[in-house]
Amino acid sequence: MSIFVDQNTKVVIQGISPTSQGLYHGLRNRAYGTQIVAGTNPKRGGEVIEGINVYATVREAVEETGADASFIAVPPSGAPSAILEAAEAGIKFIVCITENIPAKDEALVFHRLRREFPNSRLLGPNCPGIISPGKANIGITSDTIALSGGPVGLVSRSGTVFYQAIYELTQNGVGQTTGVGIGGDPVPGTTFLDCLEAFERDEETKAVFLIGEIGGDAEEQAAEYIKSMTKPVVAYIVGVTAPEGRKMGHAGAIVSGTKGTAKAKMKALSDAGAVVAKNPSVAAEEVARIVKGL
Amino acid sequence: MDLYEYQGKQYFASYGMNVPQGDVTDSVAGAVAIGEKIGFPVAVKAQVLVGGRGKAGGIKVADNASDLETYAKQILGMDIKGHIVKRLWIQKSPTISKEYYASFTLDRSVRSHLCMVSAKGGIDIEEVAATEPEAIVKTHINPIDGISRETAREIAVKANIDSVAVDKVADALLDMYRCYIEGDADLVEVNPLILTAESEIMALDAKVTLDDAAAFRHPEWEEWQNLEEMDPRDRLAKEKGLQYVGLDGYVGIIANGAGLGMSTCDVVEQAGGKPANFLDIGGGASADVMASALELVNQDPKVKSIFINIFGGITRGEEVANGIILALEKISHTAPIVVRLDGTNAEEGRSILLSYKGDNVLTEPTMTAAAAKATELAGVK
Repeated sequence: MSIFVDQNTKVVIQGISPTSQGLYHGLRNRAYGTQIVAGTNPKRGGEVIEGINVYATVREAVEETGADASFIAVPPSGAPSAILEAAEAGIKFIVCITENIPAKDEALVFHRLRREFPNSRLLGPNCPGIISPGKANIGITSDTIALSGGPVGLVSRSGTVFYQAIYELTQNGVGQTTGVGIGGDPVPGTTFLDCLEAFERDEETKAVFLIGEIGGDAEEQAAEYIKSMTKPVVAYIVGVTAPEGRKMGHAGAIVSGTKGTAKAKMKALSDAGAVVAKNPSVAAEEVARIVKGL
Repeated sequence: MDLYEYQGKQYFASYGMNVPQGDVTDSVAGAVAIGEKIGFPVAVKAQVLVGGRGKAGGIKVADNASDLETYAKQILGMDIKGHIVKRLWIQKSPTISKEYYASFTLDRSVRSHLCMVSAKGGIDIEEVAATEPEAIVKTHINPIDGISRETAREIAVKANIDSVAVDKVADALLDMYRCYIEGDADLVEVNPLILTAESEIMALDAKVTLDDAAAFRHPEWEEWQNLEEMDPRDRLAKEKGLQYVGLDGYVGIIANGAGLGMSTCDVVEQAGGKPANFLDIGGGASADVMASALELVNQDPKVKSIFINIFGGITRGEEVANGIILALEKISHTAPIVVRLDGTNAEEGRSILLSYKGDNVLTEPTMTAAAAKATELAGVK
């Protein structure tokens, strides 16, 4: 088992063109075995690019191919409408890796999805994507570093530390059910909490490796849920030694209170029963130790 | 991007908000001219991007031209917490009857906008939040629905805004919200939002942080960007498109990815070292970008050793290694360099680096080992 995506997931690449990022990564994803069933581009309907049938709209692509996931790597000005188009067409899992989408657009898209399209899940934006090793990879994660077969579910805000963590698990001989890079933007479509709930339900996942980061309170929210989880969680918070970031006026201080620091997050996670490690290597060793003892 | 107070007020005014009459200047003569034009008394306010200006003596009220001249001379060039005052905002001093607080920002924990209003503005609002949290009315705003005039009024009433001012505060909140949304601000904050003796509502201060990601749809921001206070190292980094933050230590750090960069700082500290900087060169790690990064770190006289930490994902190990070698040939470095290269085709990359005959460059297989080595080579006790 895996969460969110597997070998049956059918992916449409939105905004495809011969020079697009979406095609570049989509071909890598296809080479890994991911079912890339269609591309969309309003100006290129009817074309075939690298063997991928291109449709003018996501709706057509869904009708013709049964696509149920989409991959968006278009520039920030077009990404919000691409996400909504996918949801309107009934896409269940939308992966958007686009960086630098204005926070106002992210917030609006998030609330529209929640209100109008509750069955669509957005991963990202500004994330590396998702990999269920041996089954599917949507996004920019290098598949050569992943190991299939489970039993560890992995979720991370940071991109490169996500790769580092997958790699370290693989080096320790520990496979992954699914690795989810949720991204570090202010309004993520999918949170730690969403992933933890999915991993808790997933039979094949026996332990979870969570990589948090300073700022926000997503890790604190995750910690609340970890208290009720039956599966062990190992966590690493990136930025233990980072200088305190700029405060967003008094409002920022009032809203965040004492939350957001690495120390506060580590304490919340540790109090919730997670094993908190000081760096990715130590964390991966802890995961390996726990998994071998199961 | 943080706006100076005067820019924030100009931004507020462009969304219809009431701000005191005033102007900005970079000279004493300019200050006096503005004072004479708008009439005394005027407030003379240092324009720096740091809090605590009042306590530092950066804000004065002048009753006449000669006082204004004295204060302008005092404040221009003043050092406020490391920020040198280059500009003054001269504004007409209104008669203050009440001081309120109002702000809009994003509450990340619920992924909604948050409006905060209090009748206890002016004084330390963070203190109010700590001791009397109920005195600050917090209202989440769904971005689809926005804020209606009814809601704005309810917020004002709930916040104990004086009844004579409720309607005008509600109007001000609507303007502020528009500034926050249409103006793509991460934060708009007014403290104090004043009720004048003439029963007007006015933003006496302005704290605005713009969302840099939205710059593509705000050409009007460009003139402000050029005025940003910037550390010379930060400026060079920005020109080269690198994410750089100067720190106080002596181990120069180059990593790909912000998370890995922070994580690298963590392991250096854990090894007993002190990072001289945080530097994220992005995903690709091409030779050109690597050369710029090395140049930047190499320029810092505090740097005693350099730790290059690259995780090869899509970019394969041998490409990264060749990039590093090309970069090394472009610059002359004296500090020893420790490279940790991991991920896709890391073995190939490491053997390329091993065969490189340059001085003072070595590789380590893991992040922790490389952090220990770089710390040791820095030789700082």
